Amino acid sequence: MSQTLNTKRSQRDAGGPYGKIGQSLNELDDRMGIAKGGRTFLDKIFPDHWSFMLGEIALYSFVVLLATGIFLTLYYVPSQDLTTYTGSYLPLYGQKVTEAFASTVNLSFAVRAGLLMRQMHHWSCDIFVGAIVVHMGRVFFTGAFRKPRETNWVIGTTLLILAIVNGFLGYSLPDDLVSGTGIRIAYSIILSIPVVGSYVAFFLFGGNFPGTSIIPRFFILHVLIIPLVILALVGAHMGLLVRQKHTQFPGKGKTENNVVGTPMYPVFMAKTTGFMFVVSGAIALLGAFAQINPIWQFGPYTASRISYAVQPDWYMGFLDGALRIFPAWSFHSFGHTIPLEVTIPAVIFPGILFNLIMAWPAIERKFTKDNAMHNLLDRPSNRPKRTAAGVAVAVLCAMLFIASSTDVIANFFHVSLNTVLWAMRVLCIVVPILAYPVTYKIAREMQGFAGAGKRKTTNIVTRTIEGEYVATPAPVYVDDMEHENEHDAVPVPTYVVGDDEGQSDENINGVRRIPR
Amino acid sequence: MSEHEQRTPVQLNTVSADDPRLQPAARRPELVEKVIAITFLLGIVLIAGFGAAYWVNAAPWTLGATFGGGLTLMGVGLIAWGKYLMPRGPFVEERHTMASTDEERNAFAAAIVERGGGVIKRRKFLGGLLGAGMGIFGVVAAFPLVRSLGPLPKGSLFHTDWAKGTYLVDITGRRVHQDDLAIGSIVTVYPEGLENTDNGQAVDQTVLIRISNENFVTQKGRETWGPSGYLAYSKLCTHLGCPVGLYEQQLQLLVCPCHQSMFDVTNGCIPNFGPAPRPLPQLPLQFDSAGYLQSQSDFNQPVGPGFWERS
Repeated sequence: MSQTLNTKRSQRDAGGPYGKIGQSLNELDDRMGIAKGGRTFLDKIFPDHWSFMLGEIALYSFVVLLATGIFLTLYYVPSQDLTTYTGSYLPLYGQKVTEAFASTVNLSFAVRAGLLMRQMHHWSCDIFVGAIVVHMGRVFFTGAFRKPRETNWVIGTTLLILAIVNGFLGYSLPDDLVSGTGIRIAYSIILSIPVVGSYVAFFLFGGNFPGTSIIPRFFILHVLIIPLVILALVGAHMGLLVRQKHTQFPGKGKTENNVVGTPMYPVFMAKTTGFMFVVSGAIALLGAFAQINPIWQFGPYTASRISYAVQPDWYMGFLDGALRIFPAWSFHSFGHTIPLEVTIPAVIFPGILFNLIMAWPAIERKFTKDNAMHNLLDRPSNRPKRTAAGVAVAVLCAMLFIASSTDVIANFFHVSLNTVLWAMRVLCIVVPILAYPVTYKIAREMQGFAGAGKRKTTNIVTRTIEGEYVATPAPVYVDDMEHENEHDAVPVPTYVVGDDEGQSDENINGVRRIPR
Repeated sequence: MSEHEQRTPVQLNTVSADDPRLQPAARRPELVEKVIAITFLLGIVLIAGFGAAYWVNAAPWTLGATFGGGLTLMGVGLIAWGKYLMPRGPFVEERHTMASTDEERNAFAAAIVERGGGVIKRRKFLGGLLGAGMGIFGVVAAFPLVRSLGPLPKGSLFHTDWAKGTYLVDITGRRVHQDDLAIGSIVTVYPEGLENTDNGQAVDQTVLIRISNENFVTQKGRETWGPSGYLAYSKLCTHLGCPVGLYEQQLQLLVCPCHQSMFDVTNGCIPNFGPAPRPLPQLPLQFDSAGYLQSQSDFNQPVGPGFWERS
């Protein structure tokens, strides 16, 4: 026995048919029992539809955020102590600025690749929040949030809120003029909360605005506490995803009880790793060529200075827009003030919005009385009411976003600010109200239209020997035919659009003759 | 069409090694391999270029272009590899119901309700004490966590540092004299000695505008507040506290650049446009014997945005 193990060949044979790798896997399995779970993991099937990539963008931009953020913490100084700027940017030379501002300018100009890292960090944040929103749109409009995935919907919405909050905190850290004004506004919004507002504001800021604690406190929230919560929730989000498996669109061989697509290893792993590189690469290219937040041009924050035409990052736009167009309705009575002109657009409205989003699965179930498990996705047009409601809310947010630049619009189009203000007030109410019936009607029409939502296969036009042109409908994809059959399982309101306008006369055996 | 028909999804562990689904999706794998190889090579060149650019401390856009371009090309190559040269599938995986069997469910519920519940029900008093202890701990623990975070607001939102006889100084600490401002001029002033403090900048900041040569009355009851046409208003917008930094001289409006609230300087800074609900508080002014500007008292109202305690 000992002799046989002495030769290299016999040693190899004793390790089983899969050589050294197999041997180490066996050693691992002896200790941790990884073989069964590992195999399941490698065999996990991912659906092929492109819309599943949106969540990946969010995930990978978060990876970029972490990587570039770690780089930035090595150089950023979270302090509001005053220092004299003596760096390489001459217009600021000799000015009294905070350590936070000076270190941000220094890491942009004096640290190699520092500016690139900072711009990538900012861009990936904007992309992170954007990808979350679009991903949520996908999940919402296809009904992927239905049982059993309501919890993941709530986790996802929480992630969106945390991403927005952390984005705002990070935007504030350079302590430049524009972000300082943003903090001032945030402070006033907190102050506007009835009863407890001034206490919350004083405890959060360590006293009256601006105090000396904001930057260090925002820093620890931004780089440690909120990222930890986000990481934990991303872990829970992905863990639930693996446990519950992906949803999928109806199609060939796809049922409520299976998942069809490509396996984790090696196909999805290759694609998704490649996609991570592409997302990071795209962010790096943006960081290289698209300047973002040039704080040295804004200058350091001074409470009595202000800049013109300042806009927050895009994900704060809807709040700023709401604050701009909401009328000056302040409540003064019984010895108290409720600044409704702030409380309603900046506290109550986002409160209702995010609670509505979180509660949507429960709300919808209340109306549909549908308590079944759903692993097959809806086509948005098959759920006209949900789609219309989602579009109305999305359109409202878009209108508020546009309203966040009333002054720029007025300047650009040479119209009075008053006109723009009233136009936005009207549009913010009218457009969402119109969007509902219009979307609903479009969705219903699409249901009645044969071939709607299918792959667009056009007619094949051929010319006969006699010179006659004959249009034959191109063959339908098998996937799409199955799609149609699968629909029988899903309760879809029936809706038929009028007549086929006499086309059937010319339609003989699927061949439509075009008169010469 | 025929190609689609044979692509019925199968389970991965049942598929034989020569199954067409395990074959690459590409019709000409050799060509695809070459294209991917070129993509990878270009990617490697760019990533190495990033190293070189970093070494010579090149411009930031060069760093980003090489780094981003390299990563993108590697990514595109890897995606193409996965898409065209790896098993094309489709494969199918069965779902398992989330729900456990009825026995398992019942056993679980029984463990919680009977075993645990029974214990707690039998010892209600102990459970109550434990709950009370935890509750008190929660409240007490919140004190150092929350209360230490900052001082109580008390009166600080109601008052500024302006008082009777406080001199108005500009950002450099220079007092403002009766002859300093021309008509239509504007300057930001602070209480003397506080021009470079946080509170002076953030809370006490005041705009001083000279509107005429004569004593100017902006509202009834403010007859002595505007000597020689000097008017002083809090610079904090009553909407959200941004500095009201724009002065429209022709219309005599103060404009907040944040949300475009406009205040009528000649009429006690009553807002006439935008979301601000209240006028900017006015600071009563007077001259000392040498002709330097002083405040007569604090502002007539709390400055800045609204809050609950404000009447």
